[in-house]
Amino acid sequence: MKVRQLARQTGLVGLVLVSSLALAACGSDNNAGDEGTADSAAVTAGGSDIECGEGGTLNAEGSSAQKNAIEQAIASFEEVCPDITVNYNPTGSGAGITQFTAGQVEFAGSDSALNADKGEVEAAQARCEAGPAWNIPMVTGPIAVAYNLEGVDELVLDAATTAKIFRGEITTWNDPAIAALNEGATLPGDEIHVFFRSDESGTTDNFTKYLNAASGGVWTDPNGKSWPSSGVGEGREKSAGVSEGVKTTAGGITYVEWSYAKDNDLGIAQIDNGSGPIELTAETVATSVATAERVGEGNDLALKLDYATQEEGAYPIVLVTYEIVCSAGLDEAATAGVKAFLTHFASPEVQEGLVEIGYAPLPEDVQTDVLAAIEAIA
Amino acid sequence: MATTTSTPRVPDAPPGPEGLKQGLSRGPDRAFKMLAGGSSAVVVALVVIVGVYLISKAWPSLAANGASFLTSREWSVADPDALRFGIAPLLWVTVISSVVAMAIAVPVAIGVALYLTHYAPPRVAKPFAYLVDLLAAVPSIVFGLWGARVLMPYVQPFQDALKSAFGWFPLFAPTAVQAGTIFLASIVLAIMILPIITALSREVFRQTPVGHMEAALALGATRWEMIRTAVLPFGRPGVVSAAMLGLGRALGETIAVTIILSTTTGAFSWSLFFGGETFASKIANAASEFDSPSKTGAYIAAGLVLFLLTFAVNAIARVIIDRRKGFTE
Repeated sequence: MKVRQLARQTGLVGLVLVSSLALAACGSDNNAGDEGTADSAAVTAGGSDIECGEGGTLNAEGSSAQKNAIEQAIASFEEVCPDITVNYNPTGSGAGITQFTAGQVEFAGSDSALNADKGEVEAAQARCEAGPAWNIPMVTGPIAVAYNLEGVDELVLDAATTAKIFRGEITTWNDPAIAALNEGATLPGDEIHVFFRSDESGTTDNFTKYLNAASGGVWTDPNGKSWPSSGVGEGREKSAGVSEGVKTTAGGITYVEWSYAKDNDLGIAQIDNGSGPIELTAETVATSVATAERVGEGNDLALKLDYATQEEGAYPIVLVTYEIVCSAGLDEAATAGVKAFLTHFASPEVQEGLVEIGYAPLPEDVQTDVLAAIEAIA
Repeated sequence: MATTTSTPRVPDAPPGPEGLKQGLSRGPDRAFKMLAGGSSAVVVALVVIVGVYLISKAWPSLAANGASFLTSREWSVADPDALRFGIAPLLWVTVISSVVAMAIAVPVAIGVALYLTHYAPPRVAKPFAYLVDLLAAVPSIVFGLWGARVLMPYVQPFQDALKSAFGWFPLFAPTAVQAGTIFLASIVLAIMILPIITALSREVFRQTPVGHMEAALALGATRWEMIRTAVLPFGRPGVVSAAMLGLGRALGETIAVTIILSTTTGAFSWSLFFGGETFASKIANAASEFDSPSKTGAYIAAGLVLFLLTFAVNAIARVIIDRRKGFTE
């Protein structure tokens, strides 16, 4: 009897605890959203030519790398088209594409364009019926090489040295290879502790893509969403886990989205792509995306980044995330909703607001093409 | 626990006049019997459905597996045509983290339960018991974040001391893992299973026949001797089953372990100060990117082993309880 009573009481207290935690979480979310959106929404509302259609609910799912960006866009979109509710479920790119081709969501967010080898292009076209699916680049997120090294505020690395660090061929911070890139800096002899993502992630995929392409043969593994076994280090869950790991471990280094590196006050390495050290800024990222090759046809704007670029001022480790949409075939209300939301998302005001939360705006010419492609959705 | 298993079987119909049996009591009796039977059938059906689901999804991947499923340490499932996966390290990490958690939690839980039932004055016992139960209401993600962010810096010096003192012993060998070790995960798991083991042990100890205890005291036993000779033997099967319930939870705990435990690459180590993945955390780490059936199948095969492992643990617990039944009566 007593046990049952107790259990009931504890259950209640637990409930109260949980719900107050949940409330606290919601509260902070909203605040974060409001801060960034207040100014951008005002601007959009001023010169807006977005047609909202009859309203309704849009469901989208996919990449968690663009979660913060799309949430910010959704928050400001509420003022542009109050009748349209957009839900984004950051379950991961793979899950997003699966849900999209299964017809469960109106559009998907993905860290990579639809892959023909995996049959994703065909499956997506089958879902859309009336036309192919398009990859529309929307959010560019640079990946920072973040470190925790006391007394070292500026650190320059290049692809080969980075690859050696992440393969365990360089194990101390005062290694001659690092010292050569950082003339004049005093590097401590601390051990290097590498942290990598233990979950499957597009960030790992893009980072290994970069190492593979730019390290001049040091990094031999093909790119992949999970950390290869020839890499070294300690795997932590998600971006929050790796940045926390570096923050609490002296001599730690990891690859992580820019926003996490900034929020955790980690050191961010400058990357020497062959034309000199390049600091990670919105401009250097835009320069890099602008050099990307278009591999999609027509309004399919799939990009192929040149990770080995030696372009001056181009920060090479960049993740481009796409919105995957049907070029035609959705019902009228959904089509209008998707067009309205994506137009809003791609608008200069929203794109520039993304810098504050660790993303970079699309370069101008890409943005023009993106808006044209969205306009062409029928 | 112990008393429910020894409840005498109630005869189907109570003896009484023929008319009463048929007219009054039979209807509700039957209805209730069907309800109760139906509930049990639902549970059995659920277990069967889960089992069938796991096997049907895992089978194609298991058939295509190029490595030994039980003994291999490989895990490459991205290419459907070259599946190679084995669960050996998962099994080790799952079992060792749970066993260490049990080694920490069970003695503490027994101590708490004995204190609450035999030492603490009622005024203290009630709020104290309430506090322990409250521990069970903390969501596991909170335990995970707390373990990774708050507890970790305090455990690290202790780990370092163990490493330098007993580093020659494989279980305590130093490794490159700094942050999320199996040892840290075990401590958090121990805290998580503490309330369930404590609550059940407390109930069992409370049911010790007063006659046994008074007899021991009358023979001149001290309180500790009374507990040793009367309370502990009486409560043993209950404690064992409580521990097994805790073990079941520790084996399957997902989110806290996923947050705490660092994964590793390269050489394997038996050390407690190494990282790794449990069955549950392996699946959780990959769940967002299940993009092909063969890959999904490989992870579900791992889930199937966890399912069977938990099943085996519960079966062993039942055997132990049944064998010890003689002691309690």
